[in-house]
Amino acid sequence: MSAPPPAIEVSRLVKTYGGTTAVNDISFSVARGEIVGFLGPNGAGKSTTMRILTGYLPATSGSVHLCGLPVATRPDEVKRRIGYLPENNPLPEDMRVSEYLYFRGRLKEVSRRQLGPRIDEVLEICDLKRVRHRIIGQLSKGYRQRVGIAEAILAEPPVIIMDEPTIGLDPHQILIVRDLIAGLRGRMTVIISSHILPEIEVTCDRVLIINQGRVVAQGTPAELRREIFGQSSYVLEVAGDPAILAAALATVDPDLHAAPPGETTPAGPEEFRRLRLTTARSDELGDAIVAALAAAGCRVRAIGREHPSLEDVFLAATRRSWDAVQAAAPRPTPAR
Amino acid sequence: MKHFPTLLSHELRMLLVSPATYVAATLFLGFMGLVFIKIAELYGGASQETSPAVVYFQLFWLPVCVMVPLLTMKCLAEERRAGTLETLLTTPVTTTEVVLAKFGAAYALYAGLWASTLGFFLVLRRYSGDERFLDAGPLLGGFLFIAVSGLLFVALGVLASSLTRSQSVAGILSCVALATLILGGNALADSPWLDQGMLRPLRAAVDHGHVFGHRDDFARGVIDLRHLLFYASGTALALIFSILSVEAKQLHA
Repeated sequence: MSAPPPAIEVSRLVKTYGGTTAVNDISFSVARGEIVGFLGPNGAGKSTTMRILTGYLPATSGSVHLCGLPVATRPDEVKRRIGYLPENNPLPEDMRVSEYLYFRGRLKEVSRRQLGPRIDEVLEICDLKRVRHRIIGQLSKGYRQRVGIAEAILAEPPVIIMDEPTIGLDPHQILIVRDLIAGLRGRMTVIISSHILPEIEVTCDRVLIINQGRVVAQGTPAELRREIFGQSSYVLEVAGDPAILAAALATVDPDLHAAPPGETTPAGPEEFRRLRLTTARSDELGDAIVAALAAAGCRVRAIGREHPSLEDVFLAATRRSWDAVQAAAPRPTPAR
Repeated sequence: MKHFPTLLSHELRMLLVSPATYVAATLFLGFMGLVFIKIAELYGGASQETSPAVVYFQLFWLPVCVMVPLLTMKCLAEERRAGTLETLLTTPVTTTEVVLAKFGAAYALYAGLWASTLGFFLVLRRYSGDERFLDAGPLLGGFLFIAVSGLLFVALGVLASSLTRSQSVAGILSCVALATLILGGNALADSPWLDQGMLRPLRAAVDHGHVFGHRDDFARGVIDLRHLLFYASGTALALIFSILSVEAKQLHA
């Protein structure tokens, strides 16, 4: 028996609008039950890609499959399998929350018998029970965002696409949304775009970084750190003769390079100094460094391995893609 | 068309909670009420040759040019501006279902408002005790004309709303299109220069689309299949162009 197709499979996707290429030959796939974060600066092509995934926008070229179904030729079947929360979450201002969910549930072909209990369930999940009879136009931003999320999960689709689901929410509401998305892990495939990078790091199994219409990096946050930075770094607070210190570090790893982090003042052998150690090795060297320095008579007060944040990874990946584009661009010929 | 009933009931509800609907209904019923009072005064003073129903429908174009834009200008333009059209079209509904539901709801309200003016005649007959005030032939013909021509007028309003994101632009477009069709056609039909040799085919086309002529025929009890075809084909074309317009704008969203 063959394995089920991935929840989302995008191959060589291109979208151009009037001469501007919004999405430029991107390919990726998302496994069933996986939560994937979609990162990129404004105008990178995230929302366009998401709209193509939902079947709302047609692609210029390339193919998109959702649960094995081609979006281009079977959009109706694809739309039955997705829940979509668009950017800015447009909602009808004149409807009550429960009426809106009922209307959307009927459009999503949830039977009348199941719809009532399901609406109660999503209202409970999204903490909307108190406002179920309120007019949507009178709700706060946080409640409106949760109405959008409730609508996206209402028909229990296998794939949920959320464009900036936590935008405008307070920390308490962000926690609710984070728990809500985490609760979908394994049951539904979720693809989320966000600018709140710590959120993505906490919530998502994998991250896709997109810039200028191209996927510039993809993988788990740990894989991305390795791929982008290519080295591990440790911050050390140590006292001892600098010459002995360098020799002791070389016994652990000849490539271990020590440098003071930023501005520093000269220190005597008895004074503690702060050093950043960098190495190409990805395995844990902390214990070995402490043991080697202690054997050499140096005193170690603190040691810690530095983890670049997802923000650092994101900035480095996007900068790298801009550099690549600039390098590939033809140089202007000087005017005669 | 599986989702059409759900969409239609939603659209009717949205129309019923929209202030523009009540503005349109008040203006329409107020204006038609005034027209009816004037007719009653006219017929109360001296007996007339024509039925009051014929006179009543002569001014149909004025409320049409105001009411239809007010009922239809919001339907697609506002949905696109607010972005709710995007969320709607990411559910398993088709553009055709969406456009037809919006058309159906606006038409139901349009027809309902006109039908409510039948009450004027019933009230007059009850209090005057004069059967002539409820002359069934012209009254039925007039309402049939309103029902048939309303299909095209409302479809033109929906088409105007599909062309723009702005409600006010849609309203103006719709008003201009209706005035051109009704009053422009009438002005051309009265133009003697259209009878010159080369322009004869144009004269035939103008006569075919002469809305005032259709109204008079219906009021006389003449139900011409060509008139019905004119409104049916015009409605179908306007709705097809509305669907194409929504889909074309989606490509460049």
